[in-house]
Amino acid sequence: MVYIPHTDAERQAMLADIGVENVEELFWDIPEKFRYPQLDLPEPLSEMETLQELQFLAGLNLNANTTPAFLGAGAYRHWVPSVVDYVISRGEFYTAYTPYQAEVSQGTLQAIFEYESMICDLTGMNVANASHYDGATAAAEAVIQAYNTFRKKRNKVVLAPTIHPHYRQVIHTYTQGMGLEIVGGDDPTTEIAQLIELVDEQTACLILQTPDFLGQMHDLTGLADAIHARGKDTQFVVITNPISLGLLKPPGDYGADIVLGEGQPLGLGLNFGGPYLGFYATRSQYARQMAGRLVGKTVDLEGKEGYVMTLTTREQHIRRDKATSNICSNQGLMALAATVYMAALGKHGLRKVAELNYHKAHYAAAAIDAVKGFSVVRRKPFFNEFVVRCPKPADEVNTFLIDGMESVEIIGGYDLGQDYPHLADHMLVAVTEMNSRHEIDLLVEALSAFDN
Amino acid sequence: MNDTNVRFLETHEWARREGNEIVIGITDYAQSTLSDIVYVELPEVGDTLDKGDQFGVVESVKAAADVYLPMSGKVVAVNAALEETPELVNQDALGEGWMLRLSPANPGEWDELLDAEAYQKVVEEEEAH
Amino acid sequence: MTEPLIYELSSPGREGVKPPQLDVPESALPQDWLREDLPLPEVSEIDVVRHFLRLSQLNYAIDKGMYPLGSCTMKFNPKINEVTARLPGFTGVHPLQHPDIVQGALYVVYALQEYIKAIGGFAGVTLQPAAGAHGELVGVLIMRKYHLDRGEPQRDTILVPDSAHGTNPASTSMSGMRVVEIPSDARGNVDLDALRSQICDRVAGLMFTNPNTLGLFEEHMEEVINIVHSCGGLVYGDGANMNALMGIMRPGDAGIDVMHFNLHKTFSTPHGGGGPGCGAVGVAPHLVDYLPGPIVALDPDLSEDEDPYFIFHDPPKSIGRVKAFWGHFGIIVRAYTYIRMLGGEGLRRSAEHAVLNANYLLSRIKGVYPLPYDRICKHEFVVEGHFKDAPGVHALDIAKRLIDYGVHPPTNYFPLIVPEALMIEPTETESQQSLDNYADILLKIAEEALETPDLLHEAPHNTPVRRLDEVRAARNPVLRYEH
Repeated sequence: MVYIPHTDAERQAMLADIGVENVEELFWDIPEKFRYPQLDLPEPLSEMETLQELQFLAGLNLNANTTPAFLGAGAYRHWVPSVVDYVISRGEFYTAYTPYQAEVSQGTLQAIFEYESMICDLTGMNVANASHYDGATAAAEAVIQAYNTFRKKRNKVVLAPTIHPHYRQVIHTYTQGMGLEIVGGDDPTTEIAQLIELVDEQTACLILQTPDFLGQMHDLTGLADAIHARGKDTQFVVITNPISLGLLKPPGDYGADIVLGEGQPLGLGLNFGGPYLGFYATRSQYARQMAGRLVGKTVDLEGKEGYVMTLTTREQHIRRDKATSNICSNQGLMALAATVYMAALGKHGLRKVAELNYHKAHYAAAAIDAVKGFSVVRRKPFFNEFVVRCPKPADEVNTFLIDGMESVEIIGGYDLGQDYPHLADHMLVAVTEMNSRHEIDLLVEALSAFDN
Repeated sequence: MNDTNVRFLETHEWARREGNEIVIGITDYAQSTLSDIVYVELPEVGDTLDKGDQFGVVESVKAAADVYLPMSGKVVAVNAALEETPELVNQDALGEGWMLRLSPANPGEWDELLDAEAYQKVVEEEEAH
Repeated sequence: MTEPLIYELSSPGREGVKPPQLDVPESALPQDWLREDLPLPEVSEIDVVRHFLRLSQLNYAIDKGMYPLGSCTMKFNPKINEVTARLPGFTGVHPLQHPDIVQGALYVVYALQEYIKAIGGFAGVTLQPAAGAHGELVGVLIMRKYHLDRGEPQRDTILVPDSAHGTNPASTSMSGMRVVEIPSDARGNVDLDALRSQICDRVAGLMFTNPNTLGLFEEHMEEVINIVHSCGGLVYGDGANMNALMGIMRPGDAGIDVMHFNLHKTFSTPHGGGGPGCGAVGVAPHLVDYLPGPIVALDPDLSEDEDPYFIFHDPPKSIGRVKAFWGHFGIIVRAYTYIRMLGGEGLRRSAEHAVLNANYLLSRIKGVYPLPYDRICKHEFVVEGHFKDAPGVHALDIAKRLIDYGVHPPTNYFPLIVPEALMIEPTETESQQSLDNYADILLKIAEEALETPDLLHEAPHNTPVRRLDEVRAARNPVLRYEH
């Protein structure tokens, strides 16, 4: 039996020591009518056959890493340096547990401390937690943090309509039992000034995303002051893209109270949507209201520096029904991957990656804009993603890009009609450092051939 | 400890009459069971609360204990020193470790509190478990 | 021997791995938006490799030795899982690609949904939740919505046993419901009288862990479920302890209405130093429509018998999405791989050996360590970490001393209802040798507790750092590197 090391002799000896005849006796207290059901599962395979089966299944998927692809919308095709997988493949990291026994978990703990430090550096904030499940759940936890900051007395939340649709849905799901009034609407052309007008002294937080779901960058200058003034300290929450922070001034510098987002671009790969990484940072004064694990530096009884999980009394295993959140497992290994990514690229590399994204996206946008029938919607500056208006519904363009050409297969951008019905002929195009000039030119050529 | 101006709740909070105000904190027994206190969360000056309301949280490394108000009233002061030095609660729970001062809404509630002897019994029973 | 922070290894101007050169014309950068400084480390690739390799060597892990944390199911993490999860056809797939071009990935998700249904005895499964606690939140929200839909908004209460994992009451609070705690009886079961006294039409449901956190199978399971169902409530099963039940019993058969499974415990996916996990949730037929969407389903129009076509489906009364995209696909692939390697028979044998191992280890130490409930246990058991004749010795000291012997301590101080609790779960992948080694060490430490207790109080002695000052860390938190 795979993974079970016992020999018959050992089994017998163990049963004898316990004082029973056979293994079935150990389950005497399971009601007989329920005991030993026949599980409707396929027969087991050997390791060789299992691998073959999965290789077959993997082969049925079109690999966006090796096909020209321009799909973003919250998950991005970025190059993962080889050193990332090297580190997260070490058994000492991935087969370790949550670092409850600090003396034998200094590797995990110090890596988390480094992760927290780098997220603070990236976002311009001074305390970051060890991760949330993803950007969407991190956003929901930000609402809860703001709600708790005002001791559950403020029940209004303003959400910008250009926050990723999945994030807004998750916020609604998480808060459905909390009696909150969530405002902001669904019109993606709503200006930020209009959203700020919705803030009042009943508002716990205002959340916006930049670059937003449509790729647009929003100027955060003065927003924190305006929001704090109108709402008497209403929390200003900003969702952002970590690669863009290699280039752009971080939300912390603009006075945000909470900064969060999806950390997938930091070396996690696409993986059909998960596991990803919710990074989350806030100001020191809110550290105790922040959910999630925190690692801090301390000394041992000989005065040597070391790391421990701290402020743990806010967490579920101590506070139980009064905890800041129910979160227990988080995204430990993914946070490690992001730490290695940020260390490996470092100050200079991350800036270069951000610049590559910016220049390639702008080159692509200009070229696509010049194709007859297609136009780039340019209401605001963008980083690496932009909206293209197409002559026909976006899903038809995508079908053409995959199936319509002899020897070319291109994964096109995201069909915005799926979230905004009036935008059915609009496509969200993402361009990253992995899109070579050749790939971009191929896309432009293909779009020119569309419908001709 | 025979100060008749100090009374107690079963949940290990004390209240001391000082003029028109009530000073409130947690007992020495409470701080000893919590051990090293790392943080004290207190209400805001101006808050109006009822007897029995949870007015704050006392955190140690291993636990976070809710603390309850012995009498109804308005918070007129909180002990700001506890922010920097929460260990004052361990060192001097009935003195420097005080938590808040209250202007009582219902002075009659004082009679509902346990006196020193009754509180001592509560402690002895708990210790026996 | 400690390791400097990666920042402390930096040298100004040093570059690490290099991105490709720009191959398109530059555009004007948005000058007003640019950041002045990006204070990330400046190290070379070899620095990164050495630093993280040295850090890894400061960790204990399953790959090193026995790690019997109760309710965590620290079983061997098969290496084939790591191979299949890294297949390029899985790692390179974007979640928003058209279903036509991701049928292989959709099949894996669909198949695992079906396998969990089969193992748990459920009519519907979602693999969207990212962790057990996430699954619990889903479960409570489902119960809440079910009652609201049936015109029963007064059901605002969830009953939670006092032995429950902290995530149970925490998840309940997050859903806006109130928690009422039910005590355990002298045999470690849910106290039936206490349960009956709390039953009323305010009860939305009971959160029930079976085997419970004492490692004991609830002797009155059917009665408990009956009592809750009779008042119109639902029963939520916390599946953290499913390792004792695979192929032995299907919780759905017993009347559990909704249950979460921890793929990173029962189904061998790795713990990662604190995640990522996957908290699959299974439901009975009357709750299928409430699952968080989307889930993967067969397209009824496009599928034929030998040629299924998979799509995403939103359950009509869904509580809503709980995560962006579809769930932890990388973890789903690993769990799928594990179940393909074991089959139903293999899962049942795993459960049997998990329970065999726990009872064996218990039999070796129970004369010496106080045992609160002397019953046949399931996959884990709880003893008390103190001795009559060694009054100063606590569970914490025993745990720290175990480290000196090169093994990992069990869970401490949980469940809360046992004083000085040591919760031990060996799992089925430990051999008799490994168990004997652990038992011998526990017995040796029991001796030391009587004869040389200081060895325990000052343990561990041989680790890279010794006992750390947690009070200082909490009073004066230092939570980041200061430049």
